[in-house]
Amino acid sequence: MKWRNPVDLVRDALRGQRARDKDLRNLVSNLPYEGLEKSKQPNRHFPGNAIKTTKYTLLLFIPVNLFEQFHRMANLYFVGLAILNFVPVVNAFQPEVALIPICAILSLTALKDAWEDFRRYQSDRKLNNTPCLIYSRKEVGFIERCWKDVRVGDFVKVVCNEIVPADLLLLYTADPDGVCLIETANLDGESNLKQRRVVPGLCISDPRFEPESFNGIVVCEKPNNNLNHFKCYVERPDEEKVGAGLESLLLRGCTVRNTDHAVGFVVYAGHETKSMLNNGGPRYKRSRLERRLNVDVIFCVILLFAMCIVAAVGHCLWLQAVPGVPPYLVPDSAGRLDSPALSGFYMFFTMIILLQVLIPISLYVSIELVKIGQIFFITNDIDLYDEGTDSGMQCKALNITEDLGQVQYIFSDKTGTLTENKMVFRRCSIMGVEYPHKENAIRLNVLEEAESEEEIIFNQPPRTGWSMDFENSEPEGRHHHHHHHGSRRKSKVSGQGQKDVAFSSPLETDVIPDRKLLQQISRSQEKDPYLDFFLALAICNTVVVSMATARRRRASWFSPSGRTNNPLETVSTLVKKVGSLFTSGQKPIHQHLTVSKSDMVIEEDDLSSEGIREKTEDLDGLETCSLHAASPSHKESAASDNLRYEAESPDEAALVYAAKAYGFTLLARTPDSVTVRLPSGKDLVFELVDTLAFDSNRKRMSVLVRHPITREYVLYTKGADYAIMELLGTPYAEHFSGSEKNIASDTQHHLDCYAKEGLRTLCITKKVVSDKEYMSWSLQRQRALAAIEQREELVMETAVQLETNLSLLGATGVEDRLQENVPDTIIALREAGIQVWVLTGDKPETAVNIGYACRLLEEEDLVINMSCKNKAVCTSILDCTLEEVRRYDENPQNVDTTPNISLVIDGRTLVMALSPDLENRFVDLTKRCRSVLCCRVTPLQKSKVVKVVREKLKVMTLAVGDGANDVNMIQAADIGIGISGQEGMQAVMASDFAISRFKHLKKLLLVHGHWCYTRLANMIIYFFYKNVAYVNLLFWYQFFCGFSGTAMIDYWLMIFFNLFFTSVPPIMYGIMDKDVSAEILLGLPELYRTGQGTGEYNFFTFWISILDAFYQSLVCFFIPYLVYVDSDVGLFTFGTPLNTVSLFTILLHLSIEIKSWTVVHWIIQVGSVALYFIVTLAYSAICITCNPPSNPYWILQSQMADPMFYLICIITTVVALLPRYMFHVIKNSIAPSPLIQAKLLDRLDPSARERCIREWRSFRGGVHLEDSRSSTPPSPALEIPVEMYTKSTGAAELMEDEFVLNVITDNYLRHNGPGT
Amino acid sequence: MMASVYNAKDEDGHISVSGPSGGSAAAMRGKRPENTAFKQQRLPAWQPILTAGTVLPAFFIIGLIFIPIGIGLYVTSNNIKEFEIDYTGVDMSSPCFNCSQNLSWNSSRPCTCSIPFHLDQPYENNVFMYYGLSNFYQNHRRYVKSRDDSQLNGDLDALTKPSKECEPYAYHENKPIAPCGAIANSMFNDTLEIFYHDPNGTRVPVPLTSTGIAWWADKHVKFRNPSENLNLTAAFQGTTKPVNWRRPVYEMDSDPHNNGFINEDFIVWMRTAALPTFRKLYRIISKKDNMVPTLQRGNYTLEVVYNYPVRSFDGRKRMILSTISWMGGKNPFLGIAYITVGSVCFFLGVVLLIIHHKYGNRNNSANNSN
Repeated sequence: MKWRNPVDLVRDALRGQRARDKDLRNLVSNLPYEGLEKSKQPNRHFPGNAIKTTKYTLLLFIPVNLFEQFHRMANLYFVGLAILNFVPVVNAFQPEVALIPICAILSLTALKDAWEDFRRYQSDRKLNNTPCLIYSRKEVGFIERCWKDVRVGDFVKVVCNEIVPADLLLLYTADPDGVCLIETANLDGESNLKQRRVVPGLCISDPRFEPESFNGIVVCEKPNNNLNHFKCYVERPDEEKVGAGLESLLLRGCTVRNTDHAVGFVVYAGHETKSMLNNGGPRYKRSRLERRLNVDVIFCVILLFAMCIVAAVGHCLWLQAVPGVPPYLVPDSAGRLDSPALSGFYMFFTMIILLQVLIPISLYVSIELVKIGQIFFITNDIDLYDEGTDSGMQCKALNITEDLGQVQYIFSDKTGTLTENKMVFRRCSIMGVEYPHKENAIRLNVLEEAESEEEIIFNQPPRTGWSMDFENSEPEGRHHHHHHHGSRRKSKVSGQGQKDVAFSSPLETDVIPDRKLLQQISRSQEKDPYLDFFLALAICNTVVVSMATARRRRASWFSPSGRTNNPLETVSTLVKKVGSLFTSGQKPIHQHLTVSKSDMVIEEDDLSSEGIREKTEDLDGLETCSLHAASPSHKESAASDNLRYEAESPDEAALVYAAKAYGFTLLARTPDSVTVRLPSGKDLVFELVDTLAFDSNRKRMSVLVRHPITREYVLYTKGADYAIMELLGTPYAEHFSGSEKNIASDTQHHLDCYAKEGLRTLCITKKVVSDKEYMSWSLQRQRALAAIEQREELVMETAVQLETNLSLLGATGVEDRLQENVPDTIIALREAGIQVWVLTGDKPETAVNIGYACRLLEEEDLVINMSCKNKAVCTSILDCTLEEVRRYDENPQNVDTTPNISLVIDGRTLVMALSPDLENRFVDLTKRCRSVLCCRVTPLQKSKVVKVVREKLKVMTLAVGDGANDVNMIQAADIGIGISGQEGMQAVMASDFAISRFKHLKKLLLVHGHWCYTRLANMIIYFFYKNVAYVNLLFWYQFFCGFSGTAMIDYWLMIFFNLFFTSVPPIMYGIMDKDVSAEILLGLPELYRTGQGTGEYNFFTFWISILDAFYQSLVCFFIPYLVYVDSDVGLFTFGTPLNTVSLFTILLHLSIEIKSWTVVHWIIQVGSVALYFIVTLAYSAICITCNPPSNPYWILQSQMADPMFYLICIITTVVALLPRYMFHVIKNSIAPSPLIQAKLLDRLDPSARERCIREWRSFRGGVHLEDSRSSTPPSPALEIPVEMYTKSTGAAELMEDEFVLNVITDNYLRHNGPGT
Repeated sequence: MMASVYNAKDEDGHISVSGPSGGSAAAMRGKRPENTAFKQQRLPAWQPILTAGTVLPAFFIIGLIFIPIGIGLYVTSNNIKEFEIDYTGVDMSSPCFNCSQNLSWNSSRPCTCSIPFHLDQPYENNVFMYYGLSNFYQNHRRYVKSRDDSQLNGDLDALTKPSKECEPYAYHENKPIAPCGAIANSMFNDTLEIFYHDPNGTRVPVPLTSTGIAWWADKHVKFRNPSENLNLTAAFQGTTKPVNWRRPVYEMDSDPHNNGFINEDFIVWMRTAALPTFRKLYRIISKKDNMVPTLQRGNYTLEVVYNYPVRSFDGRKRMILSTISWMGGKNPFLGIAYITVGSVCFFLGVVLLIIHHKYGNRNNSANNSN
């Protein structure tokens, strides 16, 4: 490198800083500058792609690590003490000895940090040296380099199944449509494929892409961590700006799938990539117990100071009382003695050093160890393991296990959490006519039973790995063909095999068409609402079509060999793909409708032969206009059965499968076109003009296509009914004019019925856009897309502009079944004293229905329904409801008869209720409700609700959800639980714990939560006790040594005492103790209440244990004292029995507290005592002069030869423990706590236990007996009559003869008329 | 679909390139937890429940064991004979009053006083003679530290270079002090002798053994003279005596095996007392034969060479004669404590019996009936 003027260097550095900080970046290609030195490179200011996530370097490890560690208060305390010990006037121990604890802790932590950093270094190095292809002008081609060599402005080629090395602006793909499919599982865990497309207008996709021809300037925003937004435009030499967004960005870490190769321009590299910017540290939450603990640590500090002050004042007074200069006062080296006041002052610090153990620093380390142990047990619980997904429990937050035992409020998502989120198409309504799909419903019922029966038989281990998949693809493909007419068993097999492909198990994908509807379709003509309806189902989505044979590997399971772009492998892939196409090509054609040997086949033949024949012939001429001119060959139609749809939401997939069942098969989707096969077998290629993606504000999505026959621009929109009904314009077609007015209201009526059945509803509409209208709109759209400022708003605005005057086609009802054991779990949680809230985006009717199905609402409950349009109404309703509820609560007559109150509230009302002035009243009301159901809430509202309840009521909250919309809520709650379900992994990523089924919550909370909490709470209390009891011995001794800070125990033995002799038993206690068995805890959820609120670790238990510690230390000190008073006992000879007695007392105290003794307990308890004697004996035998002033030589030996030693040990231990023992005995005998009673049940034989549990529940819990039937919950949701909702409210009304609370003020059925 | 917040994180903050990394769901794949008793927390366990019924026997057993032990201890302690005489000389009437006045460490003239006393009972077996000091804080932190064990262990380097802990009693007039430190410097230096007044009027000195009073381990392992040869004067060449001492350490005793650092009086003093009022073994009066008690009933005189000043700390000096048993010196406390605790346990046992009768059945019926 050439020498450069330092001024230039500084200037360049400053310029670089400016370039990096600018809001917009101008990037140009590196190629013209290839080979030039660094200072000439245009993009030199931007960081390279090498990443470094290590914290330390080899040389600076020790200083930097120490610096890091000293940021912790506890370490500072230790170091302060150690330094204090080096001050001669105050030192209590030899300075070197005082360094031991801090050194031990520091070096342990440093070791751990070093190991972690080394792992990071290794993975960094691995990543940085991963090969990738970069274009080189010299070589005129892509050459293999490492990831770390990638710079901003390079052209990088990514081959199929390779990981993208940096954030790339997609310029070219091997796909003729300029599409590149990526999988973002590495980033967000979502395993479905996402489509990215090349920046339009730049792609010079002539036979091959020439990076050198790229001469535009890429202007992009400053790097940010938002994975969902990217704004950029490319300025071409002709000064035309081409906008590009996220849809053209390949993020670092994504994997390219189903695309042979893609070339991109590096916009961000290394640490500036979005994925790296998203890498925060691990989650850190503080548990409530720890917060409480810190308060008690402060108490300990106060106690310590008090004791030190007592000693300091005592020393001062003692010195003043001494008449002369006694020989035992040692002057300093100059022969002077300090004044009493000064000595007292020094003594204060000496005492802090001496009594330092009072601050339980080791407690923090122990708690961490205990939590690791607890997590080990939680994650290893076989009951929390789900066979279906082969996943167990994951603990992401390591430090809030005990919070699980204190939960008071659970906020649950509905979809995917309470329900399976496996959508099944159930019903539809087209043009105001309902098609109930009865056969389908029957089939689903049967299948469901079958599924549960065969679950055990077909538990094959899921196949993993790349190579295996190819070998298995053929037999599986065959299974797939068979499964329609084959036995259920076979379909189950293939279902298992394909488990890892999203939403495609046969249960969900198969739909038996409604006969009436089939006939209707067969009669339909060219321009027909029925055709349009199914076309809309097939087109209006973002489903990605993939072939069954082209199965991809799972994100996290590819082997390193799979990553290399081995050309052989790609070739073999192609060969196999083609081969499988041919083999499958020999299969019969019309499989999609050969459901059974019924007359349906004939009908469908009619349909295909007559109904649409003429139309498809008309279409023939149009086929050539598309790139994908698909002719209905045998091969292709066979392939259509291999189609697999990958959708971002399961609803979409369900609808596409439904359309497929009616013969409208979605064959392919590219950015520009959608190919749909009609029942006739003809393929229709729609030019895809634009997709107005779904967003939570609009609650709908639209697709604008150009109809291949009519050449009209057609907009298909689907969305939530309330989002659609407002936008209805002209009714569909004139020939329906007779009934047109009723279509909307009929459909709305059907929608309401669906909702009451617990189905998820969607409205489907169509709109024909005239060319003129389209032209003007498309201009606006273009402008909006190219905008950098406020782009989202503008894009949404254009979407809203187009989505008007829609014509209603119909509606669909998709079922989402309840997960197994949900009602059981909810009842158990409620019995455990936990309030369960369900927050859902669904309609109130759907939500209420699910609420009853999952026993969140009971039939005898009083359901308050709050839904109001404006705030005044809301306020008054809130007020009078509250008044009623309060009055009712206060009436003593109602104690036994109080029906439980449940609240149903919708999103709009919730907003008002949560406004600052109503917040308190709302919270007060909900506090009195047993369960709350919030419908139509947005993700933000969900988190708001959680926050309000958490802050106002100061309760422990838990949020559980499975989707991206629950992330806010999960993060707002004290404990966030993610369910690894169908909607990707975002919830899991944001959560503290991840489970696979909702039912696992029961054991997680009732058993593990309870155990973790009681274990940890008791361990902490014990720890405080232990330290106080031991340290006080030293304190009492000060009264007999002139408060001079003498320790009557050898320093080493004191350190060992805490470090080895008494440290393991409490940790083991915190990990393994079991107060009540899991069966009883699950059988009696009520026991969970012991941990709620303040729980077992509270002000009283803490201070009682501290008082006990004082008492025990007094006994441990004064009994030996009275024995030895006025004898010839030496300093350490006196201390040894004290130390031993203290050990016995402390360990036996724990023995009283231990609830269940396993082998481990015995080994550790006995081992600790043995260790004490072995170590102390060895130490006092070996150490003659090794540890100068203090010298325990032969002391324990001589003590153990003295019978008095044993007599002292026995009586002192007995006296010290007697009160606690008595307390436990008397309490357990006279007023046993529920836990003890439960423990007694444990001893009974199973049948007697069962009976007692039942009895207890009916007797103590105040839980109605009929709840015990919860073990066999009513079959949820499936065929719940529509009347159920009304019936139940009726039941509620019967009870409220004197007070009517069912305040339904508003109906949700606004906009009955077709548009305004 | 409604993605609002992405939280793309791996545990290490890395994109996983190969193999499963801890955070992802797939990592758990195939990891069905082992169904072992330990991992499922189903280890066989003993689950004691402390209720009146179950612990009743324990209380009675404790009571039954403790009370006899206590009685035994109490009797043993009562059989120990102990005689104590305070010779500080605080009162004007005391024979040692004169000596106690104006006494300092450096007074050269030895002051003697004799105190007559009477033993009411004969003392059998070996009689231990103690000196007792009160209000002497031998356990003061800085005092306890003020010694050099290496020096006392015969280390030659430490002999000439005493450790810093000995300051300010490490050097005197630029010579290292042997033995150094405040403990050695303040060594008890009264000389006590006992004379028996024969019924016929003669004063017979009671023979006092000055060896065997220190711990064997101290005498033979911990304390050693700087050189193994017996010429201690040469061994301690170049050192000086502690400031308060009258004679150097190598002139403690004429017996070469009880001289220098291994002088037992010195060793006993160096084992610092735990409490401010303490006694230290001074001499042993060995049993002569089985026929005659070691100390007969009668009149005695304690002859004191009064050297040790205690006025500076309001201290008292005592001479104690005591017989000894397996439990050491006289101490009724432990016996009383055992008896008391045993009785309390017995009483509590009765209380628990009542409780058990009143509540135990109720609990059982509540759980078992119906």
